[in-house]
Amino acid sequence: MAYSDKVMDHYENPRNVGTMDKDESGVGTGMVGAPACGDVMRLQIKVDEQGIIEDAKFKTYGCGSAIASSSLVTEWVKGKTLEEAGQIKNTDIAEELALPPVKIHCSVLAEDAIKAAITDYKEKQS
Amino acid sequence: MSSPIYLDYSATTPVDKRVAEKMCHYLTMDGNFGNPASRSHKYGWDAETAVEQARADVAALINADAKEIVWTSGATEADNLAIKGAAHFYSKRGKHIITAKTEHKAVLDTCRQLEREGYEVTYLDPQEDGLIDISAIEAAMRDDTILVSIMHVNNEIGVIQDIEAIGELCRSRKIIFHVDAAQSAGKIEIDLKKLKVDLLSLSAHKVYGPKGIGVLYVRRKPRIRIEAQMHGGGHERGMRSGTLAPHQCVGMGEAFKIAKAEMAAENKRILALRDRLLKGFEGMEELYVNGNLEQRVPHNLNLSFNFVEGESLLMAIDSLAVSSGSACTSASLEPSYVLRAIGRNDELAHSSIRFSIGRFTTEEDVDYTIKLLKEKVDKLRQLSPLWDMYKDGIDISSIQWNAH
Repeated sequence: MAYSDKVMDHYENPRNVGTMDKDESGVGTGMVGAPACGDVMRLQIKVDEQGIIEDAKFKTYGCGSAIASSSLVTEWVKGKTLEEAGQIKNTDIAEELALPPVKIHCSVLAEDAIKAAITDYKEKQS
Repeated sequence: MSSPIYLDYSATTPVDKRVAEKMCHYLTMDGNFGNPASRSHKYGWDAETAVEQARADVAALINADAKEIVWTSGATEADNLAIKGAAHFYSKRGKHIITAKTEHKAVLDTCRQLEREGYEVTYLDPQEDGLIDISAIEAAMRDDTILVSIMHVNNEIGVIQDIEAIGELCRSRKIIFHVDAAQSAGKIEIDLKKLKVDLLSLSAHKVYGPKGIGVLYVRRKPRIRIEAQMHGGGHERGMRSGTLAPHQCVGMGEAFKIAKAEMAAENKRILALRDRLLKGFEGMEELYVNGNLEQRVPHNLNLSFNFVEGESLLMAIDSLAVSSGSACTSASLEPSYVLRAIGRNDELAHSSIRFSIGRFTTEEDVDYTIKLLKEKVDKLRQLSPLWDMYKDGIDISSIQWNAH
């Protein structure tokens, strides 16, 4: 399968790889996917007092498109409010990375990962 | 980028130059282009002589009689002809077939078709090392069992089934025994004077011959009957109609002749390379060999690099041509059914790479492969949340995953 240049770029030089302390109060963690399906994404966001995402980190087990999708969303969510980040759609990700139809599920997973991280953060605050 | 190093000889092999050169003589006006079925002139007679010599060369590698060889378009057609042909011919005797879950799709899908036609099929589970327990075959045998189909060598994990013992068992119960030997010809000895195999499928392109040709061996003593699946001019003693392709037949014959002459020395060299490859990975954490390492053809090594997904690993090692058991590559989310059948969990099945070594593989190729794999597996593990969890001592199988 041929990958787009953007997928290759994120795959070769993934942005924001890393781990945050999931017990820290300002950190939200989203882990989605399953080993059985061949992809697991862990996306973490650090939210400041104004409700703005100041940092994001990821680790992904999965194909190149899954790695690229999660790398891309860590770039996108930084500097956004939780509400803005929650509006990122899988179609935006798929379009940006020119994912072929068989890889659309990777972008869906990345969207799910953001939503899961936001939910985790909000649950911690309440 | 220069061409990737080819380590996928189980998928196909390049045609040996000696084979290609010979094939070229059977195509053009100044060569021998005749139809071997033409009885009325020299063009036909010469083509027939060439095809019959090739048939004898193929038969010689498996110690069979040339009259027992039926040309087909490849091993898939040979499997279809053997299984459907025998099932249809002997349907009055019974409608039960035994095979294994790790068989090639050409066997499994053919069995599925027979199930739609009213046959019953038992799909045996292999042991964890990929081998089929003979007593499991015996236990599955019934009075209405007409056919057992077990492959000689598995295409993914390279394990060698004990077809000698299975043959004895089938013969004692008067059950027809079919063997898909596409992956074993030229790799290990096949002696059909000794083995009680009734039908055997072979392919040319796994043995440095051309694609698009194979044969089905059909035993004459005791005589095995099959119903034709391709009807027409009654070629191949009525078992497979269609004008023969002399250049293809000659190519397969030459490839098998070379295999017979050179396989002993070649396999020794290839085994040394395979051992070098495996030794090179020694000391890597969470590395698993899939399938029995002793009962295995020399050229195959199937490894799982745990916590690294196969397709991303293939991307990272794109200077190598290998294949992965992670079926993400084939657009379905199911990992290799062979690895699942031998009980590998999802992570290991998704993390597998098949290396298959061949005639043109060098020590430098192997050393480069070791270095590259070590580096890239390490890089991807640094990216993998599953590796983190493993390192933190978390049991991944204990987690409730939301499968999608």
